[in-house]
This record gives sequence, C-alpha cells and structure tokens, in this order.
Amino acid sequence: MERPTWAPGEVDLNRPSAARVYDYYLGGAHNFAADREFAHRAMAVMPDIAQVMRTYRAALHRAVWFLLDQGIRQFLDLGSGIPTVGNVHEVAQRVDPAARVVYVDNEPVAVAHSRALLADNPNAAVIGADVRDPAAIFAAPETRRLLDLDRPLGVLMSAVLHFVPDSADPQGLVSQYRERMAPGSYLMISHATNDHDFDQGPRVTQMYRRDSDPVTMRTRAQVSALFEGFELVSPGLVYLPLWRPDALEDVPERPELSRGYVAVGRRI
Amino acid sequence: MTEQVGQRVPTARAGSEPMVRANVAAFARVWASTVMGSSYVPMTRAEVRQHLEALTEVLVDTLRATPFRTEPGYEIGTRLVEAHFTGTDTLGRTVQLLGDDLLSILGLPEDEVTRSRLAALQGAVSAGYARALRERTLAEQEAIRAAVLDARDGAEARLRASEARFRAMFTEAAIGIGMADLGGRILDVNQAFQEILGFTAEEMKSRNVRELMHPEDAASVWRLYEQLVRGECDHYRSEKRFYTRSGEQVWTNLTLSLVRDEHGEPQYQVAMVEDVTDRHLLQNRLRYQALHDPLTELPNRALFLERLNRAFSSKEKHTRLGLCYLDLDGFKMINDSLGHETGDLLLVEVGRRLKESVDGNGRMVARMGGDEFVILVEDTTGTEDVITVADRVLAEFRQPVRIGGHELSVSASIGIVERAVVGTTAADLMRDADITLYWAKADGKSRWALYDPERNAREVARFTLSATMPAALERDEFYVDYQPLVGLHDGTVLGVEALVRWQHPEFGRLAPDRFIELAEETGLIVALGRWVLRTACQQARRWLDEFGKHAPFVSVNLAVRQSRDPDLVSDVRRILDEVGLSPHHLQLELTESAIMGTADEPLEALRALSDMGVRIAIDDFGTGYSNLAYLRHLPVHELKVAGSFMEGLRAEEGADPVDEQIVSTLVSLAHALGLTVTAEGVETPAQAERLRTIGCDAGQGWFFARPGPPDAVERLLRDQL
Repeated sequence: MERPTWAPGEVDLNRPSAARVYDYYLGGAHNFAADREFAHRAMAVMPDIAQVMRTYRAALHRAVWFLLDQGIRQFLDLGSGIPTVGNVHEVAQRVDPAARVVYVDNEPVAVAHSRALLADNPNAAVIGADVRDPAAIFAAPETRRLLDLDRPLGVLMSAVLHFVPDSADPQGLVSQYRERMAPGSYLMISHATNDHDFDQGPRVTQMYRRDSDPVTMRTRAQVSALFEGFELVSPGLVYLPLWRPDALEDVPERPELSRGYVAVGRRI
Repeated sequence: MTEQVGQRVPTARAGSEPMVRANVAAFARVWASTVMGSSYVPMTRAEVRQHLEALTEVLVDTLRATPFRTEPGYEIGTRLVEAHFTGTDTLGRTVQLLGDDLLSILGLPEDEVTRSRLAALQGAVSAGYARALRERTLAEQEAIRAAVLDARDGAEARLRASEARFRAMFTEAAIGIGMADLGGRILDVNQAFQEILGFTAEEMKSRNVRELMHPEDAASVWRLYEQLVRGECDHYRSEKRFYTRSGEQVWTNLTLSLVRDEHGEPQYQVAMVEDVTDRHLLQNRLRYQALHDPLTELPNRALFLERLNRAFSSKEKHTRLGLCYLDLDGFKMINDSLGHETGDLLLVEVGRRLKESVDGNGRMVARMGGDEFVILVEDTTGTEDVITVADRVLAEFRQPVRIGGHELSVSASIGIVERAVVGTTAADLMRDADITLYWAKADGKSRWALYDPERNAREVARFTLSATMPAALERDEFYVDYQPLVGLHDGTVLGVEALVRWQHPEFGRLAPDRFIELAEETGLIVALGRWVLRTACQQARRWLDEFGKHAPFVSVNLAVRQSRDPDLVSDVRRILDEVGLSPHHLQLELTESAIMGTADEPLEALRALSDMGVRIAIDDFGTGYSNLAYLRHLPVHELKVAGSFMEGLRAEEGADPVDEQIVSTLVSLAHALGLTVTAEGVETPAQAERLRTIGCDAGQGWFFARPGPPDAVERLLRDQL
C-alpha cells in the first residue's frame, strides 16, 4: 500500500539523501555515514563525480551573479539542499543586503538546517515543500512575505529537475512556475544528461534510483524544451563549465565530462 | 607545537618591496592553479588568487621575521579552511608547493636557516589547517545533527497534529469505528460505536470480534470475515445485527476493511458500523403491514399465499398439507343488525380464538377478508390431522362472545382439504377448500365438510348443465315426451302429460329431475316452461286436427317459479291463440306447495286461467301438507294422486288396507269437491282394477303407457277408434 499523502515525511538517516551526498561532494560535513558510504560507492563508479557536483555548484554561483547583474533582487531557489558554502543569499546579500531569497527543499533535515542558518536573516527563509507542488510553494507564508511576484524574480532550478520523473510532467511543471513569474524574470536550470553516453551515467542513475532519490537523465532537446516561454541568454544551453566561465582556465578540455547542461532564460 | 592563532603578522614590509611583491603574485598564481579543483570554493579564480596572495605575503613576512615565529603558519592553515579549501588534496598540494617552489619563486635564500624555518612553517600550516578543519567538521556535524533533531521534532509535531486530527475524527465521527487485530482482538472503538452497542471502550477491548456474532448473521458475513483476516479480500459490506449490552438488537450496515502495512502485509481490521435499526424496523413494520390484517393482526391473504406457495415449493415427495377454509355463519346478519363496529370486534375475537387454539407448530391462521379465515396445516399425515384442527375450532366457538353487552353465539362452517403436495397446486387447494366450505354451509352450517372429489364432480356437472342450458334451448336439444292419462272405466286416452327431456350432446338423454331444479335455480325455467307449453299445445292442436273429439288434452307441468311469473296468464293466452287451441284442451299441473303455500297473486293467475277454461291439476297430491279445507276455494279441477300411494295396491292379493283406504278417501274427497282424480304410477293390472273399483277417474303409468314420442300416443288413439 502506498503511504498516504497526509503522513508527515520521516527522517531516516539510514537512507542516503541526495542533498547530503551533494554536501559531501562539496567538501561539507553535513552528512552521515550512509550518505558518505553511498558517495564512495558512486565515486567508485564515476571517479570524477565530486568534481561534477562542484561544477553544478559553481554554475549556480555564476548564474546568481549574472542575475544580480541583471538587477534581480529576489530569488526562489528550488531544491536548495543542505546550505553549505556559497549559498544564494550569501552571494545576493553581499551585493544587496535587502535581496530576498526563498529556499525550497523536500528533505526535512535540509530544511531544518536551513531554518537554523537563516534564523536571524529577515530577508531569507526556507520552505519544506516539493518542487512538484508550486501551488503550495507560492501559497506558503514565507513566499508571500518575501517575494513580490509583480516584480522580476530569479527562479533557480539547480540540479533539481533530474529528480522529477517524466511521469510528473516536468515541462508542465516549469510552465506552472512560468505563469507566476513576472515578465523580465529569469529561470536557471541545470540538469543531468547522458548525451555523451558515458557508461558510468546509467550505473550511477541506477544507484540513485535504488538507494536514494531517483534520477532521470534528459537529452539536450528535452532540457531545451523546458525553457518554453523563455528567451535563453547567451550562451544558451551548454555544458556546465561553458556557461559564462569566470576565467579561461576554468574551462576544462572536455566540458562534456560535467554531464550536465545549464541555461538561463528570460521570461518573455 | 604551541597553538597560537589570531595574531596577524603585519604584511607591510613584503608589500613595500616591488620585486618581492611581483614574486608574491606569481607564487599565488601557481598556488591557485595547484589547489583549484581540489576543493569547492565559492570564489572566482581571481578571488582565489587574491586570497592566496594575501596568504603568500604572510608566508614571506614570517620567513624573514626576527624572531622567527610559527604562529602565522597556523593562521594560514586556518584561513585556507575558512575559504573552504577543505578538499582532501588541498593541504597536501599546498605543503608540497611550499617546500618545492616558495623559496625559488620568491627569490629567497635557500640556506639552512631559511629551509629550517620553511619546514617549521609547513608544519604550522598543516597543524593550523588540521585544527581548523576539525573544528569546522565538528561544527557542521553538530549543525546537521541539530537539524536532524529539529527535523524530527517537526516531523513528530506534524505527526502528532495529524494523529490528533485523526483521533478527533475517530472520536467525533457519527459513524461507529472500531479497530481490531487480525486475531479479532478489539484494539479501540470510538464513541459512536460505544453508543451503538452500549459497551464502554474498555469493555469492548476485552472482547473478540467473534464474540459479536449474532445467531441470525448471514453465513456470508463470517465467511467474508475469514477471507478478510486471511488477506484474501480487502473490504466488504454487509448488514449485520448486534446485541447491545442490554440484550436488545441493533441492525447495522457494516463495512469491514483490511489495513495493510507498507509491504502489503495485513495489519489490522477496521470496522465501520452505521446504526440502521430505525430504518430496519420501519421496513419491517411496512412489510408487516403489507402482510398482515390490521384488524385482527393475523397474516393476510398475501402472506398466507406466500407461505402456501413456499410449502408447495417443497420438493419432498411425500409432503402433505391441509387447509381449513372457515367462514362465520350469519355474520352478515350480525353486521347488519348490531353494526359494523360490533362485527369488527367479533372478528377480532374470532381471530384471537383461532390464533390461541390452533396457531403455531406448522399451523398458520390467516384472515382472507371479510369473515373468511383460513388455517394452513403443514406436514400432515392424513385428513385426521386437519379434522382435529377443525373440531378444535368448532369447540372454541361454542363459548358465546360478549361484545358491548351483547352475548353473541358464533358458529362457523369449515371446508377441509387435505392432500399430498405432489399432483396439486396452491390454487387448486384454495378453490377446493372454498367449494368445501360452501358444502358445509349448504349442509347446515356450524360444521365442517370434507372435500369429496365425487361430490365435486357432480357439482361440476350440475354447473356445466346449468351453464349450457340456455344455449341448449336455442339449439333445440330439448324435446317433449307424452304419457297418456287413461280413463279407468273405459280405457280411453283422456289426456297426455307433457314431459320435457334434454338430449345432451355429452351426457346423453337427461330426465327432468337432472335439470328442472337447476333451471329453477337459474331462472331459465320460465323460458323452458314456455317452450314446453308451446310445444305441447302445438302437439295438441295437431291431434285435434287428426282425432277431432277423440283428441286428448295436454297436461303441462308448471314449476313454482313459473306459477309466480306475472306474465303467466298472458303467455298462456297468447300461445293458445297462436296455436289455435281451445283452453279446455290444456291442463296445467302444479305441486301442492306451489298452490297452497302461495300468496294471492299466483292464485289470481290460476283463477284467471281457470276462468279462461284451462284445467288446473294438483300434481303429486298427498305428499305435501295440503290444507284440505282450503282446497274447495282453489281453482282446481283435478287431483293427481302421488304414485307412492299405489305401492299398497300393487299386489293382486292382499292389498295394503291403509293405502287402499287413503286412496279411497282421497277419491271420495275429490269427488265431494267436484274434482276428478288421476292416479299416478299405475304399473299393474291389479292396481288399475282396484282404482277403478274405488271410483278413481283416470290412471297414468307404465301399465297404460310409458312416456313416449307423439306417434306412440297416436297409435293408441288410432286403436281406440
């Protein structure tokens, strides 16, 4: 029998959490034995997985900087995970202390941690919700308090949509967010892919499916399609390291090894 | 190694030397390249270089400072960690780079002292890094553990809130809800369930589901229950009765559901019960009302027939059953004279007596309507079983009924049918019982009659006859035979009696005794009599034409009902006119009772006929109770003495003196009154001789001639000529 939807989520530390595994790959200690054990197994299959994760984080970082440059001062970070180093509000509020950030994650420990971290920050908050439930996210008091939907908003979907299976209609989901975004808003998506057919990809996918949160790899075309109604900013949809790198040295010889795409689109 | 941190070394001197400063930038660039990618740091490459440049300046200053101190090394390690250079390779690469390239790139002397200082500094950086990383790791672990606790608290709070909501729903639900384990042990019941059954939750918890079995439960209820606890079905609904604490019954709609765990294994059973007792009782009452007589509260016709048909559906070969069809005698009179209210009260009392005396044990008393009741006796072994019941009912009615000051004597007539179920139907049984009841009435009431198939067959035949008679009259199935009336002194044929016959296509030739009574009952006698009269008169006319003054008169029987027919006189006159027959060629025979026991009108009719010239004869004289004194005032011309008196005159020797005396007296009496006498049933020469001796005028009987067709009469007449 399926667990009824009204039952509150449980905190099971024996089960690896994608958010905590991510933290571990980024060099954080916000994780437990089960998370690290899983991380090591994944590294055995894909030795550069930690590097891949750092690449995602770096791409997010660059995107936030870009949005700040575009004048965006309010952010909705979906699937924000464990607040580790370089969180969106740290970057944004360094530029403008009045910048608003709402984090969303469905993992109770990540949410609790974020809440503790943001306790003294009047302009940032976290919501325990699922990215698949935009209605609940936009209805949450934190969202209503911090975000002004009549003004441009930066919606960040960093490394989150590959946890949304096709059955949950990711494209329809993105369009639900789009409808809430004022013109001039920006959407950032980074997404896992296996377009270059590395044989580790499917194996890691399988591991995540079995032991943690299932991952759905998508093709370039599928990820592009998610930006319907948005105008991609230069350089368009590219492998993670290729998107507005800080320095030429940051671009590796084989950017496709990042196994992830990223793009930022402007709400038309 | 001392642990001194926080004392920042001034960097002014390194910065003041442009050559060294350029070298510092160069080293920082190499350093950044070395560690970039070993850790995630939220900085751009330029920021990283800047950060490392600052640290390089500290290194340079520390190496050149006097006195040499290692504390700044600790600080560098700490600041690496603070910038999140926490990757596993970062420290190793940094220490190696310091050892290999720092002195050369910065242009520092690679002497013994400086090398020694560098080694100490490498150690301090490592120690500071390790210490800072350890602090950071512990802090993060603490933070994440705190988050886990918070998350759990939050989850538990939500769980508690959820639990409280569901507890409230459970407690406050208007529908009864109960949970039990798979063994049937009751774990919890809500308030509504407690109220339905009247047990407290504690009392319920000490019980097992199986103890809630009700004897009237449908077998399917518990079969489904077993399937459910075995996990073979997930839920079912049924109607189920329970006993309450006070022993009363409640009817419920029960829904039982199986609750499974996340692996699909059965865990609990959840029952939801809705008290539908009121609805059920209402339905029962409606059904009761539909199937019971409101006055006596006995089962009504519908319920009786339902039960009877059920008895007939028995496939048991030897099943027998009986019916008593019962009807009160004279009930209409009671109703009419004492009022319907009294009648109703009487019916109630009758119903009560019937119920008390015979109901139960395979017997059912029902009211069919009006004052008709029926008793079904099931599984009889023979007629005696039902007679016993009927006798008990009759005995029960011997006691008068007191109603509102009236003491009413009640009796009933009962028709009894008893037979095997095989070979008959409920409808047959009912019809036969009804017929038999009619016989009991006809046989004198206050009795039972037993169904008799032969009697029934006779009645059926009678019914068939009376039903087919009108058509028979139209189809000329009737004909008339004639029997001569012979003058005793000279043997001449004086008249002939017209005797009607029925040539029935199915039953053959029928004598009048088979159908005249029926014709009287149905009223057809008037039409039939008129036909006989016309036929006989037409015959008389033909004889008159042929035999002139020797032609006989015709004597036609007049039934009681005909004698009272207001059109009798006009009918006779018209027929005589039409046929052209003189009235004195017609004699009408009436029975004593028809003439004597009548009111004035028929008598006037007879007088009118007599005045017209038609002869009037009293048929079968001597069998009734004739008022001899009255006889002289009647318009009568002839007495026909009944054949029964002829018995004593039959023998040639030793006639019965009494009969002979009676006949002799009758003849004298008749002659004294100016009447002629015809003796009927004359069969022997001795009888004829005695009658002639006595002075009787005429005789009729086999001795002279049997009834026969007109040509038989004609042969006699020709012989006389």
